[in-house]
Amino acid sequence: MKKHTFKGGIHPYDGKEMSKSKPIKTLPAGDVMVYPLVQHIGAPAVAAVKPGDKVLMGQVIGNAGGFVSSNIISSVSGTVKAVEPRLTVSGSKVMSIVIENDHEDRAIDGLYEDVDYTTLTKEQIRARVKDAGIVGMGGAGFPNHVKISPKDDSAIEYVIVNGAECEPYLTSDYRIMLEEGEKVRDGLKVMLSLFENARGIIAIEDNKPDCIKNMMKLCEGEDKIEVIALKTKYPQGAERKLIYAATGRKINSSMLPSDAGCIVDNIDTVCAIYMAVCKSTPLMRRIITVTGDAIKEPQNFSVRIGLDYEELVKAAGGFTCEPEKIISGGPMMGMALFDIHIPVTKTSSALLAMSKDEVAENEPTACIRCGRCIAACPSNLVPVKMLEYSDRFDEEGFVAIGGMECYECGSCTFVCPAKRRMTQSFKQMRRAILDKRRRG
Amino acid sequence: MSLLNVSASPHIRSSESTQTIMTDVIIALIPATVFGIYNFGARAAIIIITCVTACLLSEYLFEKICKRKNTCRDMSAVLTGLLLALNLPATVPFWMPVVGGIFAIIVVKQLYGGIGQNFMNPALAARCFLVISFSKLMTTFAIEPAKDDVDRIMKGLSGVNGYAFKDGVSQATELAKVKAGESIDLLSAFLGTHAGTIGETSAAALLLGAGYLLYRRVISLRIPGAYLITFTAYITIYSLIKNGSVSGNYILSNLFLGGLMIGAFFMATDYVTSPVTPAGKIVFGIILGLLTGLFRTAGGSAEGVSFAIIIGNLLVPLIEKVTMPVPFGVVKAKKKEAKNNG
Repeated sequence: MKKHTFKGGIHPYDGKEMSKSKPIKTLPAGDVMVYPLVQHIGAPAVAAVKPGDKVLMGQVIGNAGGFVSSNIISSVSGTVKAVEPRLTVSGSKVMSIVIENDHEDRAIDGLYEDVDYTTLTKEQIRARVKDAGIVGMGGAGFPNHVKISPKDDSAIEYVIVNGAECEPYLTSDYRIMLEEGEKVRDGLKVMLSLFENARGIIAIEDNKPDCIKNMMKLCEGEDKIEVIALKTKYPQGAERKLIYAATGRKINSSMLPSDAGCIVDNIDTVCAIYMAVCKSTPLMRRIITVTGDAIKEPQNFSVRIGLDYEELVKAAGGFTCEPEKIISGGPMMGMALFDIHIPVTKTSSALLAMSKDEVAENEPTACIRCGRCIAACPSNLVPVKMLEYSDRFDEEGFVAIGGMECYECGSCTFVCPAKRRMTQSFKQMRRAILDKRRRG
Repeated sequence: MSLLNVSASPHIRSSESTQTIMTDVIIALIPATVFGIYNFGARAAIIIITCVTACLLSEYLFEKICKRKNTCRDMSAVLTGLLLALNLPATVPFWMPVVGGIFAIIVVKQLYGGIGQNFMNPALAARCFLVISFSKLMTTFAIEPAKDDVDRIMKGLSGVNGYAFKDGVSQATELAKVKAGESIDLLSAFLGTHAGTIGETSAAALLLGAGYLLYRRVISLRIPGAYLITFTAYITIYSLIKNGSVSGNYILSNLFLGGLMIGAFFMATDYVTSPVTPAGKIVFGIILGLLTGLFRTAGGSAEGVSFAIIIGNLLVPLIEKVTMPVPFGVVKAKKKEAKNNG
């Protein structure tokens, strides 16, 4: 089988063996569930309930605040306790709806109702995806109904399902492909029904041969769907790299995948589309890997959105030792938490507790110009020069050498023998530049 | 629970550090070092130790006086000392490695800001400084044979080419013979049993070390490959023009002799003073090949590697500027600009 890949990238220790063999376990909902109104890119959702309101499971409690925005759905039934700012993964407080769970799981009408997607029009399918509050669950949280509504449906030639899961430690997509592979396949079929000229590609890194085998078996006879193996390498699952590996097409930061005739969605997102369209179930759950050397029993959970992270740790047997660092997401692009009391959101994918913090352990020293960052950069950039510009806040120079093509994958910083904190610097720089552009 | 660490991603780091890289290069130089001591005797060992000590002490004291962070542990000063020693003849008086070491670390490296900031390879710059300042001492490869060397002569081994004897008349280097048009013993040239600096003579030992560096991915073939290919092409063409023919002996002896092997694999590949861009590395190698060829064929001395690399070092910023890679997915910026303007 041909292995698709890209130039550059790194091979970090992947830590997946800790949790990959653990089947997905469903966790009960908590007594209090918290739903931030920002769980996506775009305009914040607008609260549709007020304190004291009774809500049902599956009910829209936050309405999309614009086209590029997303509904927020209650994953339990109960009473709205408060609408107040709560701490989120990003470290800032975000207006959130707090619901006291009555543990009765009273659902809205028609939840779980089977629907044959072939009887739906394209508009109906898109409406169902929009209403279900589905966003890109790979981490960015881009509202999915926007993604599947390109200017011209017929120009889409590929719908790519991202099963790379290149972040170390994460095994949630792996478990989904093994246990719920048919949902992935059917979700993809729903998406293909929107784009008459598109072929489906399920792209999986070759460190998951059982997933490749399972998905191939499930997709037998589906002549519009192809399962391909990707070389195992970080960041193989980055959208631009994945498109290149699967189709040979290149896009840059100012283009959308649809400009190259592609739509890319992550495994869990495709599942969510299937659930929304065929099972009338809005986005209420996430598959989350709880892992790391400070976790007693690393494993994979099916978790209701809104649950407190601490419940995840408890369910995984607690800590083996005092963790030095807790990360929401993978070790390459995840966010470090300073407080564990944070709700699970649509974009949560993992909770990683590490007994050692390699960042604090390694003090930056002088650059020796070894060029490893250049070899590792998947975007063919020169991080060492970008750092020179960002260190002296030279925005023009930073942009001129392509700094805005960086998507902060962290490869340069991982390989740097001088342990320089490059990605950190680039993040600040890029944010400052983007802010300025936005303000005009 | 104590406070959690918070920082921006990524949260993991590779195990490679400046120290491990420098140590790898030092390991790769062990064969050449051992052979140098075998070839030139205990005197070579003393020079190596003196040189390394001088470099380490210079680094330590300078940083102490300037209240800078001590960087002796990153092994770069040890490496500089070792490289400098390997580039000295075993015959030099013992104050020379000291002067060279101080010059390399303080003038070439620390005065420009320490590790990563020097624009010339410290060891090579120090060697060139010594060659210019004390050219007679630096190009005299004569030494009194040590006792064990006499034994080796008795046994009929060829490991004595590096020496002239008590009369103190220095022997012409093999490279000078090649330049004069003589044909030389290739096996001896490859193994290194001939006159030269401590570490440069054995192409075999240096290639062994180079193999280790390539295997550990400390260096890539871009610089040494481009360097050696260009140099070979140059001397081949030169010989064809000058003599109308070219012999394998001429090409191989030019490759094995002098500082080419140690220069191509250990000096030109110095991270700090070579281009960081992949294309730049190849351009750099080509420039070094041409310069070395030019210096060896047209220069006053038979040797040219050191100066070729030093001059190449000076061109690095320029080379980097013209070889910046185009970011992924970006269509050539120039064309786009032209379109926008037009």
